[in-house]
Amino acid sequence: MNGGAVDIIKKDPKEGGHGFAGVARHSEGRADIQKPAHCFDIKDLDLYYGDFHALKDVRMEMEKGRITALIGPSGCGKSTLLKTLNRMNDLIEGCRITGDVELFGENIYGNIDVNMLRKRVGMVFQKPNPFPLSIYDNIAFGPRTHGVKSRYDLDEIIETSLRDTAIWDEVKDRLKKPALDLSGGQQQRLCIARALAVSPEVILLDEPTSALDPVSTGKIEELLINLSGKYSIIIVTHNMQQAARISDMTAFFLLGEMIEYSSTEAMFARPEDKRTEDYITGRFG
Amino acid sequence: MMRSRYDEQLSILNNELIEMGAMIEDAIGNAVRALEERDMAVANEVISSDYAIDEKEREIESLCLKLILIEQPVASDLRQVSAALKMITDMERVGDHAADISELCVYLADSEPITNWANMREMADTATGMLTGAIDAYVKRDPQIAQAVIGRDDKVDDLFDAVRNDLIRLIREDADNGAQAIDLLQIAKYLERIGDHAVNIAEWVIFSITGIHKDTRVL
Amino acid sequence: MIHKHRFSSSHTTETQSVLSPRQRLFNDGGSLAFHGHKLSEKGLAIVTWTSAIVTIAVLAYIIIFIFLKGVPYIKPSLFSYTYNSDNVSLMPALISTVMMTTLSLVIAVPLGVFAAVFLTEYAKRGNRAVALIRMTMETLSGIPSIVYGLFGMLFFVTFLGWGFSVLAGTFTLSIMILPLIMRSAEEAIIAVPDTYREGSFGLGAGRLRTVFRIVLPSAATGILAGVILAVGRIVGETAALIYTAGTVAQVPDSVYESARTLSVHMYALSSEGLHIGEGYATAVILLILVILINACSAWIARRVGTGFGRNA
Repeated sequence: MNGGAVDIIKKDPKEGGHGFAGVARHSEGRADIQKPAHCFDIKDLDLYYGDFHALKDVRMEMEKGRITALIGPSGCGKSTLLKTLNRMNDLIEGCRITGDVELFGENIYGNIDVNMLRKRVGMVFQKPNPFPLSIYDNIAFGPRTHGVKSRYDLDEIIETSLRDTAIWDEVKDRLKKPALDLSGGQQQRLCIARALAVSPEVILLDEPTSALDPVSTGKIEELLINLSGKYSIIIVTHNMQQAARISDMTAFFLLGEMIEYSSTEAMFARPEDKRTEDYITGRFG
Repeated sequence: MMRSRYDEQLSILNNELIEMGAMIEDAIGNAVRALEERDMAVANEVISSDYAIDEKEREIESLCLKLILIEQPVASDLRQVSAALKMITDMERVGDHAADISELCVYLADSEPITNWANMREMADTATGMLTGAIDAYVKRDPQIAQAVIGRDDKVDDLFDAVRNDLIRLIREDADNGAQAIDLLQIAKYLERIGDHAVNIAEWVIFSITGIHKDTRVL
Repeated sequence: MIHKHRFSSSHTTETQSVLSPRQRLFNDGGSLAFHGHKLSEKGLAIVTWTSAIVTIAVLAYIIIFIFLKGVPYIKPSLFSYTYNSDNVSLMPALISTVMMTTLSLVIAVPLGVFAAVFLTEYAKRGNRAVALIRMTMETLSGIPSIVYGLFGMLFFVTFLGWGFSVLAGTFTLSIMILPLIMRSAEEAIIAVPDTYREGSFGLGAGRLRTVFRIVLPSAATGILAGVILAVGRIVGETAALIYTAGTVAQVPDSVYESARTLSVHMYALSSEGLHIGEGYATAVILLILVILINACSAWIARRVGTGFGRNA
């Protein structure tokens, strides 16, 4: 399309290198680029709820240590895809899946322990959902589930998780107080801390800020940017500005199909598909 | 169609740009006519119209910034708005040059013309045509028209050289021609600059369509 | 209120703002246009208050009546360990009541709660067995207690040969309260937000851990509410017990012996007609017992629950 063009915005190697057309566009001739690892490799994924074909032949590779945003109008399948990644869809009756989803090369729909998968792939939900327990017990729930018993270890995990989510200073003096006494934004950061406490490799977030005020939203966004690198983050969001602000890669879904998947900057600067353009410029409908 | 207010604002932006384009086209046309016909009234009109062009620039600038502030445009919308912001700077400069030419008319008013106007007029016509083409390309969102505008800049440059050589010859023939020749050379230079601005505008038009400015991926 | 505020003049709004909400409810300032609206508001308030006052008055009347009639007869001899026709001691009945209540709950609560867990957490939606169990439970909860009594007599007393015994009475009571406990447990479990379950599953907890660590603690308050109701039914029960546990006024040495609860004791005293006053005294003790049990349950609900008494 533009031979010899130089990308002056995104110079870092995340833009290129792996075989995806939308991303590798400007990577020709760069010998130093290393092939980034994928946290998820989705191959020919089809998902049905009963007779409803909710995801249609989705293929995408999600990059390790980066933030991938899934956008699209309601009912486009983005949340469904997210729930496929830690098999939360298993809980829904009549849900049927064909195709492969690989987590670091391992097929998660093969012969694996689902609970272990969910330990490796943590999830944060739309509405903050701390358990009606103390702050301490909320975060300790995951580690205890996976066999951490010593008080010393738990204390350390809890402090680390709360520090990583930048909420330690706000709650360190009331760890034994009910988590439900926290504000909505604090609750959501607590939920992220709770997910981090089991040392996952990937964190899935399903519209994590849609129930929060702008200040709390800002804090969560900053937190996610800080967490990326250490964790692979996949976020579903209705807020396109949010996707543009925090994500490295963006995928646009419509009616169960993945329409376009490329670097976030490319997506918001020059979407290739008319439907993507209509959606991100707000002319969808 | 959703976002009807937003689309309305974008089409207002379009119309304003077309209007500003028409204003500068008029200004150049009038400036050249004033020069040829030694018409001080027209020259003064051009000089005072520059104020209106500056006003228009500020108006469009404010509209663009408000659009960015309120609507946070992305993708092609963002390119359209940012290209408009860049284009009006060049358009305003063209208006300034038209005024500059008209000011020089005042110096030339009393002297007998020493040159034939053929080359000068052709330069003026070509530069005005390029400007019209650039605006046209923006309105039609047609990168080919814009590319053609860029191609025509060489012709203006050639004509400038011809005018310059002509003036050098005139000075050599009679040193008294010197004063007028220098004024005329300035006018030719302004016309040549107008051609350059038309090229700039055409380049931003291409950017607004493709996101590429002078072979560089900007957005 | 909102309407009134919006439409009344600024002057009245200012005046009203210093009044309490209740005062404002009855404040007649504002525009005439909403007079009818305000009348109906007033009417509703009157009805609400009247209902509340009548309810409380009836309850207070019963309690005061029983206390006035019963308290004069409360004396130490009423609490002798052994019953005879002279002291008409209620102590054996009191001990039997506590015993049978505890035993019935020990049988019915785990059964009811686990059945509810199965119905809500494990059974697939649209399962025929679930529908059948629900229907059975609804039917059972509507059956008069005398029918349970007759069934208990035929099955536990006669068929199983347990005779009139604490055991037969306890099992009969357990069957009787099972639907109640199951329904309340089921409702309490359903009321636990799915987001808790999602959160737990999302952390890699299995269903068992999710049910026991998250769902049941969150539902504890609701389950205990059912237990309180069940206790109420047990201590108030006579018909089902007369035919199964019998009416012997003694502290039973084993579960195979007959015993009478406080209610049965009261029934016996009043039907004999010789010790009406002692009957009222028993009623006073029964009332106090019920209040104590309810207070205990509330306390347990706060502690056990989720520790924070804040479940949905």
